[in-house]
Amino acid sequence: MGEKFLMKGNEVIAEAALRAGCRFYFGYPITPQTEIAHYLAKKMPEVGGTFLQAESETAAINMVYGAASAGVRVMTSSSSPGISLKQEGISFIACAELPAVIVNIVRCGPGLGGILPAQCDYFQAVKGGGHGDYKMVVLAPYSIQELYELTVDAFNISDKYRTITMIMGEGILGQMMETVEFKDVENNIHIEKPWATTGTGMKREKNIITSIYIKPEVLEEHNRKLQAKYKEIEKNEIRVESYNCEDADVIVAAFGTVARIISNVIPMAQKEGIKVGLIRPISLWPFPVKEFEKYAHVPKAFLTVELNAGQMLEDVRLAVNGKKPVHFHGRMGGMIPDEAEILEEIKKITRS
Amino acid sequence: MATVVKKPHALADIPMHYCPGCTHGIVHRIIAEVIDELDIEGKTIGISPVGCSYNNYDYFNCDMVQAAHGRAPAVGTGIKRANPENVVFTYQGDGDLAAIGTGEIIHAATRGEKLTTIFVNNAIYGMTAGQMAPTTLMNQVTSTSPYGRVAENHGFPLKVCELLSTIEGAVFIERASVHDIKGIINTKKAIKKAFKVQMSNKGFAIVEVLSSCPTNWGMSPAKALEWIREKMIDFYPLGNFKGENMEV
Repeated sequence: MGEKFLMKGNEVIAEAALRAGCRFYFGYPITPQTEIAHYLAKKMPEVGGTFLQAESETAAINMVYGAASAGVRVMTSSSSPGISLKQEGISFIACAELPAVIVNIVRCGPGLGGILPAQCDYFQAVKGGGHGDYKMVVLAPYSIQELYELTVDAFNISDKYRTITMIMGEGILGQMMETVEFKDVENNIHIEKPWATTGTGMKREKNIITSIYIKPEVLEEHNRKLQAKYKEIEKNEIRVESYNCEDADVIVAAFGTVARIISNVIPMAQKEGIKVGLIRPISLWPFPVKEFEKYAHVPKAFLTVELNAGQMLEDVRLAVNGKKPVHFHGRMGGMIPDEAEILEEIKKITRS
Repeated sequence: MATVVKKPHALADIPMHYCPGCTHGIVHRIIAEVIDELDIEGKTIGISPVGCSYNNYDYFNCDMVQAAHGRAPAVGTGIKRANPENVVFTYQGDGDLAAIGTGEIIHAATRGEKLTTIFVNNAIYGMTAGQMAPTTLMNQVTSTSPYGRVAENHGFPLKVCELLSTIEGAVFIERASVHDIKGIINTKKAIKKAFKVQMSNKGFAIVEVLSSCPTNWGMSPAKALEWIREKMIDFYPLGNFKGENMEV
């Protein structure tokens, strides 16, 4: 067992990026993720890296586009309104097939909303907040330890598929402190990037990084290539955790920190004779459809609990595919449901 | 027989798509000649804009990155910070640089990014069919100022070199024009210096090139060049604004 540290989630993201070999960070201040920037502003110079506070989110994501074109591991981070501003760049990066890691420590919206935790950017992240047919891998950790491990993984996934990987956590995850062990980055992969624009050295044909394909045949072909890549990611990169589902009366679907509340609800329900299971999608895209299919026959019904008006709910319903009812309980505006109110929802389902 | 003129190595040997009389081709050739003369093709990264020259990545033989509208200075910042040994240039039009990308150009200059920007000012949006640009002259008729640019509706044209001259990190600023031979020679001198400023790590360098758009101006190529001389230079004076005597 290695040494453990007590650290804030945002700082752990920054540390994970450094340990994954990321030496380039471009960002713009916004609550509740700014500690990522504070940490990297201090640490990047120590390791010969670049920390740059951009003039806007738009500029920051385009700096990411540039650095990723140059073949280096690069990250930006922001929170909901800032992520909205990055959508132009996200679509371009996806089309140009550049590897990049983007962190969204989600706050409540819409608009400027508030600075408290929410999951209201689920649709934006998994359905494409920018224009065009693209996907990015979206990972939703529920503990600080998992935040560390998934952030390191995010760089590997990005390099492997030349894709964006987003770490999406609620404000709680960025702000809370928990122990973390910085396990060796043994799975850290090194992938050659012969496509990068680093200069021809007069030794090879030029490389072009672009997201414009004026000829329709060529653009359709490029889209097909992207879709094939997304299929491959769907095959290989699903992450999900299930608990207590085998003979559950009700299976709750929840991601991120909400899943932690559910894990407290399970023993409470048990005392009242109700068996509650939990399916926790860790990769929100690709969505763990098969896990829901596997257990669809088991419970009386599903209950999705989210910090929004019902977003993952739609994917759960698609996955359950009408086999069982899928109920929803959500809180918005930075409000967090407590165990008692979730248990009440579960009891309503078992009574009906 | 001695060769007196040849295609620069840094320029691809394919036909360009520009309209007859458009001066983008001249500016491209100047950049390619400079890249050849400085022997930097192997380490140069060019950034293509949005606009008529969006695909000039096809025309240069160095590595090229196509950027979103106005974002080239931010993209260039990312490339240059990742690999400081590269020579990075952005190629931007007036809509790209002086409208949607105003923030990016000002802050790249403010940070003194070691970039070279070639700013092609033809006082109009070319690719989208002749709309008013921030650099459109007073009374100039465009498809979105059909009664001419008037101050009370549209405000006044933006003088980019003069604006950037107040910024410490922008160390070399010059306005040139390709309307005649003398102008072409001066443009090349300025662009070459702007590359050398970057290579000696002095800071941000920009050359504004007054350029023609006969198609959207509704003029013959010859008349368009006259219009640069008579109208544009009158409002956008040529010359160096900063860094003329800088040792590079």
